[in-house]
Amino acid sequence: MNGVHDMGGMHGLGPIQYEKDEPVFHSPWEARAFALNMATRAARKWNIDAGRHEIELIPAADYLRMSYYEKWTARLEKLLVKSESVTQDEIVSGQPAPGSPKATPAVTADQVPRLLRTGALASRNIQVEQRFQIGQRVRARNINPTGHTRLPRYARGKLGSIHLHHGVYVFPDTNAQFLGENPQHVYSVRFAARELWGHQASPRDAVYIDMWDDYLEPA
Amino acid sequence: MSEHDHHHGHQAVPSDPTLRVKALESLLVEKGLVDPAALDALIDTYEHKVGPRNGARVVARAWVDPAYKRRLLADATSAIAELGYGGAQGEHVLALENTPQVHNLVVCTLCSCYPWSVLGLPPAWYKSAPYRSRAVIDPRGVLREFGLEIAEDVEVRVWDSTAELRYLVLPERPAGTEKMTEDQLASLVTRDAMVGVAKVKPA
Repeated sequence: MNGVHDMGGMHGLGPIQYEKDEPVFHSPWEARAFALNMATRAARKWNIDAGRHEIELIPAADYLRMSYYEKWTARLEKLLVKSESVTQDEIVSGQPAPGSPKATPAVTADQVPRLLRTGALASRNIQVEQRFQIGQRVRARNINPTGHTRLPRYARGKLGSIHLHHGVYVFPDTNAQFLGENPQHVYSVRFAARELWGHQASPRDAVYIDMWDDYLEPA
Repeated sequence: MSEHDHHHGHQAVPSDPTLRVKALESLLVEKGLVDPAALDALIDTYEHKVGPRNGARVVARAWVDPAYKRRLLADATSAIAELGYGGAQGEHVLALENTPQVHNLVVCTLCSCYPWSVLGLPPAWYKSAPYRSRAVIDPRGVLREFGLEIAEDVEVRVWDSTAELRYLVLPERPAGTEKMTEDQLASLVTRDAMVGVAKVKPA
């Protein structure tokens, strides 16, 4: 979706605010919000792409106003309701509905090290057609899906070349909507800075963007 | 609560984040969906165990061991695993070597992708709209704000983390560190240098 989250190349979003010796979390609630997201995702009722998309669905004005972990909290509430893990009434009241069943936590403290060590592989060891080769000239497709996509607007329609071949990975555009993993080849595509931004950019510089087969066409 | 509020329930959730998160945690614990001790363990991991010291050890090893550096540049995920790091948000890592001719800078314009296994959780500026919007269109201006002037004849490569690949910058080893041990070298390596917004300075 052409949301405000897709902000590469935008102006006017203010100066970069650097904090020296920044703590990992700025307050205890941020740490709890982070951990709640991690612990509930382990139940696999949604995937990482659906989780990212839920943040993109936060209305634009709110997205820009809310802090990072405020967004994570709002996203988690939505995912919990959509996945029927909790009801909206329960979120509002903070109490389980009378008579609702008690679940078993997806992850207990002793399982945390293994959960984090394993991670979640997005690569898939299957044979699918590789449509592009290293060095090939390509154009990023001009598509404007209303759902989730990882093809940033600033690259659409631009010419680049295949720099690296990463392998086969789950396709976020379908996976985020629970429409299947649709695994396909992913490449690092090199775009000259001047192709993206015109003559204000340095003639030497480049932006490398990871792209799935469906984002690309031969050029 | 009025019926009106009931139908627009999300607006009735406390706006104070402390209360809101506390209420959510309490609900999820009551429903058996999370174990509070697991939350403690998750937080402890990223506050105390997984952070940029991991990446600094990888960089220092690459500086002192040419064979390790070759493995890191060829297959960073495996080379990083040799030092015991990997897992969540480090499942697929690429190392980007800075040289006198090339300076690499990492961003995630669409969200906040970052190599947790070697750098821990990202700092606020990395996740912020100003950095995400400008790193791709004006990397030299962004680097200048970080106090880093990149010469015109150096190529700046910006890596937008749009897929599940995570990027670790291998900074240049500073001059005058030839006699330093691997541990001493690791202590010089900063998070910012491994994102590409700084160079490593000699002690």
